[in-house]
Amino acid sequence: MKKLVVLAFVVAGCTTPDLRGTGDLGVVIERAAGRVMLVETTRRTAIGRVAGLGDLSHASIVFSRDARYAYVFGRDGGLTKVDILAARIERRVIQSGNAIGGAISQDGRLVAAANYTPGGIRVFDSATLELLSEVPTGSKVVGIADAPGNRFVFSLFEAGEIWIVDASRPHQPEVTKIRSIGKQPYDGFVTPDGRHYIAGLYGEDGLALVDLWHPERGARRVLAGYGRGEEPLPVFKMPHLRGWAAAGRYIFLPAVGRHEVLVLDRVDWTEAARIPVRGQPVFAVAQPGGRRVWVNFALPHNDAVQVIDVDAMKVVKDLRPGRAVLHLEFTPRGEQAWVSSRDDNAVAVYDTASYAELARLPAENPSGIFLTSRAAMTGF
Amino acid sequence: MHRLAGCIAFLACLPAFAAEPAPERRAQLVELVRQDCGSCHGLTLKGGLGPSLEPAAMAEKDAAQLEFVILHGRRGTPMPPWRSFLTEEEARWIVEALKRGLPK
Repeated sequence: MKKLVVLAFVVAGCTTPDLRGTGDLGVVIERAAGRVMLVETTRRTAIGRVAGLGDLSHASIVFSRDARYAYVFGRDGGLTKVDILAARIERRVIQSGNAIGGAISQDGRLVAAANYTPGGIRVFDSATLELLSEVPTGSKVVGIADAPGNRFVFSLFEAGEIWIVDASRPHQPEVTKIRSIGKQPYDGFVTPDGRHYIAGLYGEDGLALVDLWHPERGARRVLAGYGRGEEPLPVFKMPHLRGWAAAGRYIFLPAVGRHEVLVLDRVDWTEAARIPVRGQPVFAVAQPGGRRVWVNFALPHNDAVQVIDVDAMKVVKDLRPGRAVLHLEFTPRGEQAWVSSRDDNAVAVYDTASYAELARLPAENPSGIFLTSRAAMTGF
Repeated sequence: MHRLAGCIAFLACLPAFAAEPAPERRAQLVELVRQDCGSCHGLTLKGGLGPSLEPAAMAEKDAAQLEFVILHGRRGTPMPPWRSFLTEEEARWIVEALKRGLPK
């Protein structure tokens, strides 16, 4: 018996490994364990795990342009390059004391990390993770996104500014600063076409909009005063913004301090609708194709996901995926939605047409779900 | 006047011993602090959008004031009021736990 096992092992070692693509793969953060789970969306299974990634209490991931490597930005300033196919750490650096996220450049050669402490961004070679340059800001950096032209755009929480860093020459980044964009930007994103950067404001009702074709025109305010002067409700978790909020001509945005999703018209930048929802929205994510938008919520409504029909501009489905739903992500063509439930230690997979639960994968306190289709998206 | 303030502060501390949350509830509170406060202050409480909640950062801060901030939030910042989730005794226990170092 023992001989047989040894023989099998030797044979397995000699065989060429099965070749495979990464188009149906993804990475799920296991928040408390400092580990990621590698998943495959065709058979809806976990295919591996990679540990040793540090403090992932707030983590985000961008992908290399070949969608083989995941760059994991951890809260503790760790930046780890994970080989998804080999399920191992390729490189890892501790690049700051306290980080919030990052982005990868249009040409895929640069990875930028956004930091709280010390405030600023650091630009790395995506192949080697060698530090190429840094741009100190003196303020917490939020909402970093990539924009065409190997530019990184981000907002400064305390300073109320939007900075555009042109990293075409990575050792000598050029910085364009747009000042007085509004009070306390908490996150920001680039529209999927790469043209506009939008920052959500915590300190006032409204968002700041920059036309990246014309940064010299500065920022303009959109959806100003959406709270209508009413006292805001408490926000127990900050909403998150990204280009996934765009569905056709509309952008679906969490209101801050209101149990509403705001709908911004991308043609004339006016309010197209506001949709009452169950609680404070955290993520509002459009299904690829833009037919529906799925929304999750802050405490105490964080066991719910609601689905908005874009045609009807109202909630058409209430789901209860589990306790503490932290994130959701669609497969590239939108037939499945993957939803993480931190306190039920599970990732639930839904059929987006029937809302049937197709699978439930065990995971330890899962938070962010990142599928490799992000590799080809502008703004990430 | 100073003595009076001292007396009041002393009296305010007394119920902490009288009404410590039950062990099960304490475990829930630790989980709440790590997971939900951790969204902004970091799972390891080293800080994020919100400041560090580690013992060194908490040491010189006034306990009553911290308790007030937990229950009522801090205007002009993203710190929300947690009074719909916590009693005064629980907020007080959290402050003491943070000053000592939150149990694992």
